[in-house]
Amino acid sequence: MSLLGPADLLAPAAARHDAAPRRVVLRARDVSVTYQTKRGAVTALEHLDLAIGAGEFVSIVGPSGCGKSTFLKLTAGLLAATSGRVELDGAPITGPSRAIGVVFQKPNLLPWKTVMGNAVINARVLRMDRAASTARARELLRSVGLADFERNYPWELSGGMQQRVGIVRGLVHDPSLMLMDEPFAALDAMTREQMTLELQRLWRTTGKTVLFITHAIPEAVFLSDRVLVMSPRPGRIIEEVAVPFSRPRGLETMATAEFGALCNRLRRLFTSVLGLD
Amino acid sequence: MARRGAVLLSILAGIALIAAWYGYIVLFHVPSYVLPRPDAVVLSAARAFGSGYIWAHLLFTAEATVVGYFLGCGVGIALGGALAEWPTVERALYPYIVVFQSMPKVALAPLLIVWFGFGIESKIVMVALICFFPVFINTFVGIRQADGDLIDVLRVCSASRANIFWHVKIPAAAGSIFASLQIAVSFALIGAIVAEFVASKEGIGTVIQQGALAMDTGLVLTGVFILSFMGMIGTAVIRFVHARVVFWEGRGEALTRPSTLPG
Repeated sequence: MSLLGPADLLAPAAARHDAAPRRVVLRARDVSVTYQTKRGAVTALEHLDLAIGAGEFVSIVGPSGCGKSTFLKLTAGLLAATSGRVELDGAPITGPSRAIGVVFQKPNLLPWKTVMGNAVINARVLRMDRAASTARARELLRSVGLADFERNYPWELSGGMQQRVGIVRGLVHDPSLMLMDEPFAALDAMTREQMTLELQRLWRTTGKTVLFITHAIPEAVFLSDRVLVMSPRPGRIIEEVAVPFSRPRGLETMATAEFGALCNRLRRLFTSVLGLD
Repeated sequence: MARRGAVLLSILAGIALIAAWYGYIVLFHVPSYVLPRPDAVVLSAARAFGSGYIWAHLLFTAEATVVGYFLGCGVGIALGGALAEWPTVERALYPYIVVFQSMPKVALAPLLIVWFGFGIESKIVMVALICFFPVFINTFVGIRQADGDLIDVLRVCSASRANIFWHVKIPAAAGSIFASLQIAVSFALIGAIVAEFVASKEGIGTVIQQGALAMDTGLVLTGVFILSFMGMIGTAVIRFVHARVVFWEGRGEALTRPSTLPG
């Protein structure tokens, strides 16, 4: 647990949410990314700035191809910025970090490993204590309703169950920051709704900082403390919307007029930046 | 029902084939030194096994095939893995591999006899050479085609190259490697027999050659059937191991597969 850093990350959710100025976990400073392609240079991100506080749940929404995933890769240490820098706990990110957990768009489970084998793969790679990481994975699997599936193989699971394993895998090595790249995009609407509720619960119990990438506005509003809106390529943050609804939010939150109004505001922003109106 | 029908049809086809063979000999008065009757082949085989004459030859060919097979496949997997993993090694060795690949390996058999002698060594080397290629290529391609998304799962956790190699790339290539191990079984037998044809004191290839020289076509066909039987056993063994090692194969892309489980 000690590798997680400050103890406030592990504090109960209630204690965190009313604390006024949060310690910044992730900060992007004037980040630009330019790809070289056969047709010339493509600028994926330009002058992107953002800051995410400890324990915060922040979503980035934006049109397809706006560079959301590029930013996530940058943060995950899989890609280097052309200019500017991304900092984790004040230190520039130069490569993958064990303080970060990633949940991908597809579950990306290894078909040759059982649910447990997949859940602990990061811990194995990081040479963490076997017994401790297995116990932690078991606990997390139980909390997402997969206690009886430890010995099953990924192909024996439904899409929703597979993505739950994907989320558990991202949490087992106890990172302080979770990056989630449209994790529910491949799921059907019913499963998606259920997973959204589960993720909120998981976030509240684990106290992780979450950067959530999506193009589903209601999903972003429901889950987030703040929603950042990204422009079409070259991507940068053009709007930041704080979500005021109290926690825990339930399905009835989505039915309120305020929720609908906030979603509409974001949707209008989208259509205007995309030039659709 | 369809399955039983197919078995019945299969048996009928076998009977028809033997009948046609028999009928052809009787109808056209084919002499037995050109084509023996089916029962003569059975008799010839019974004699060969009964006298114990064939066993030493069978074991010789089997040993050359099995040892050469493991040698060639082992080197194929090792080198395929190395080339896939280290592009520098790939660039350095690629031209030689292309030359070697386009070479019909059996053409080397006479040279191998000169280098390694009439004994089993030259046969083992021939088998290894001919098995090497399919396994090498499939290992290389299999590793190179490993799903980048699965590799990223480990990369974001600062996994070492060795970690990625053993946890993702090798299992990802396993299906492709086993497919080539299957092909290599029949290649191995070809290698062993060709080397024995060129020069040998022992082996089923030698038996076939001696049988042909003595116009004992029954013995020749006995040898051929023994070889096909050896091939069948080898293929069955590899298929058995394949299904157990690469047990996840054919389970489909996990998410696209419909599931009966809820949620």
